[in-house]
Amino acid sequence: RRSLATQTKALTVRDALNSAIDEEMQRDPTVMLLGEEVGQYNGAYKVSKGLLEKYGEKRVVDTPITEMGFAGMAVGAAMAGLKPICEFMTFNFSMQAIDQVVNSAAKTHYMSGGKSIIPIVFRGPNGAAAGVGAQHSQCYAAWYGSIPGLKVLSPYSAEDARGLLKASIRDPNPVVFLENELMYGVSFDVAPEVLSADYVLPIGKAKVEREGTHVTLVAHSRPVGDCLEAAKQLSTMGINAEVINLRSIRPLDMATVIASVKKTNNLVTVEGGFPMFGVGSEILAQLMESDGFDYLDSPAVRITGADVPMPYAKNLEELALPNAAKIVEVVKRQLRA
Amino acid sequence: PGAVKFTFSTEHVLHKLSEGPRNHGYATREQLLDMYHKMVVIRRMETAADNLYKSKLIRGFCHLCTGQEAVCVGVEAALDAEDSIITAYRCHGFVYTRGEPVRTILAELMGREGGCTVGKGGSMHMFTHEFYGGNGIVGAQVPLGAGIAWAHKYLDRKNVCFALYGDGAANQGQVFEAYNMAALYKLPVVFICENNMYGMGTSAKRAAASVSYYTRGDYIPGLKVNGMDVLAVKEASRFAKEYVLNNGPLVMELVTYRYGGHSMSDPGTTYRTREEIQHMRSTNDAITALRDRFVKAGFGSEDELKDIDAKAKTEVEEATEWAKNSPEPKTSELWTQIYVKGSEVPYLRGRDPAEIKTFN
Repeated sequence: RRSLATQTKALTVRDALNSAIDEEMQRDPTVMLLGEEVGQYNGAYKVSKGLLEKYGEKRVVDTPITEMGFAGMAVGAAMAGLKPICEFMTFNFSMQAIDQVVNSAAKTHYMSGGKSIIPIVFRGPNGAAAGVGAQHSQCYAAWYGSIPGLKVLSPYSAEDARGLLKASIRDPNPVVFLENELMYGVSFDVAPEVLSADYVLPIGKAKVEREGTHVTLVAHSRPVGDCLEAAKQLSTMGINAEVINLRSIRPLDMATVIASVKKTNNLVTVEGGFPMFGVGSEILAQLMESDGFDYLDSPAVRITGADVPMPYAKNLEELALPNAAKIVEVVKRQLRA
Repeated sequence: PGAVKFTFSTEHVLHKLSEGPRNHGYATREQLLDMYHKMVVIRRMETAADNLYKSKLIRGFCHLCTGQEAVCVGVEAALDAEDSIITAYRCHGFVYTRGEPVRTILAELMGREGGCTVGKGGSMHMFTHEFYGGNGIVGAQVPLGAGIAWAHKYLDRKNVCFALYGDGAANQGQVFEAYNMAALYKLPVVFICENNMYGMGTSAKRAAASVSYYTRGDYIPGLKVNGMDVLAVKEASRFAKEYVLNNGPLVMELVTYRYGGHSMSDPGTTYRTREEIQHMRSTNDAITALRDRFVKAGFGSEDELKDIDAKAKTEVEEATEWAKNSPEPKTSELWTQIYVKGSEVPYLRGRDPAEIKTFN
């Protein structure tokens, strides 16, 4: 026990992302970072801290506050031989540039009959933050997840953040990488191999964070933590929940979800995004179309953000987002426990 | 050797430039013949496209560049093959001057396997070497073009990007975002406003508070050029390339005119008069002007050019036949090039759960 404990190391999600970018810039001189405040300011959330000093203004570029312009320029640079990491200060601002992400980045490889490739990563914080109101609290997983040509990742832990970001930068396709503002400062114990410069996670594989037998909880990003907390509380009630961390929105690892449902016979999805046409909706629909449907003992349930613009007041905001207590309540209701 | 001096009938207009391109250029007989040939082929090709559209062999959107041939031919004459071009969707002429043969362009228009983008792009989305489309989103190609120039500079290539957009797109916000960053980062990009006087059916004056497009980069120097004079376009493009490599971006307005409608569904006469079109055709045509020049310079006779006309006609006819005989793309092409080969997602869904394409 003691020897194991000394082998793991605490790593924040922020440092995981920072080291991933740093190492990939080291590895490939065509990798560059651009966005608002990524350089001298060290990043609005300090994810790019120290990179300007290390790589200079050529490779770490502060842009004006003009998302459509710099996202389009990043896509153009990717077409012509660079591997840009395009930071959106938050994905809320990526709506200013969504045409360049969807129409230019995602579709050009196809439209060009393969003549053009767009190796680019769009990254930044996504989803609800705390007390920032409706315009700055929204999840884009479903928006980008619906677009063929994009890969869309949503890490939860430091291990996810590091392994998936390195994989994204090396991937020859446009990748949308959805971080979470409230997770940057959270620390996770990681195994030594996670810190290796060669550590990459496969894109499109979910991770079973906790094995269980009674119900499958599927989540991405911060709600994975809520599910783990809920599973802990449920276990005291004799309910053994399996928790799946999706890691990837597109591709969506339905094989892992279906295998789990075949074991537990019950499914609850958890996400911070809006309920309609969301990630949970897609998982339920795909389950319905698969043989996994026959294994369900109860109707699958989505836990989501509420179908309202995010309110500012704390008590209202709490009612608009999933949490562990809500997950426990839903599971108990579902299992009639 | 053999080059003759040609003085342009319209002088360039400068914005914040102490020195602009010459108001004259030099060309040899062979150079003029080559330009003439290309312009005639493009006009023939667009006529062929018009006919193919009317016989329902071309579908959807189709924007012809008839009247604007001097722009693509003049620009290309000043560039190296490794310089880059990105344009709006009125792109057929550029695809040809960048090196695609007529047959692959017409095949693309017909959605055939032999098309320059395998039939997947169509009229608005054609790609070839250092040609980044054919972009269907008005104005989106401008930041993309600045980004391509950025990559050239980053990778120490001594190449430039010419990013072309219409007078309609010139009012898009992202154009000004790209201007700003290109100037800040001193990118080797030439922003070219191909001013054909109408954004769809809205005349420039009804859409732009300032129709001096060459000045609309404000702090970026600009240049207004007669886009109906292929030699003037070439001379200005040569200057522009040199300029942006040394100084950063330049805005260049090429004043031209589209003879046809905006697209195939537009007769082109509700927002302008037939007399206006006829006047432009008879007094300002780029091909006629080049023909006169060729003869006046003593390079040869009109008959010689008529031979080129005949040759172009045959060339396009043969290309049309070739394109018509090209098969439709294989149905398996539906699933390719969504992701780069070898890095695909595990599976993609068709129209129902039974239509699933899996990848390794």
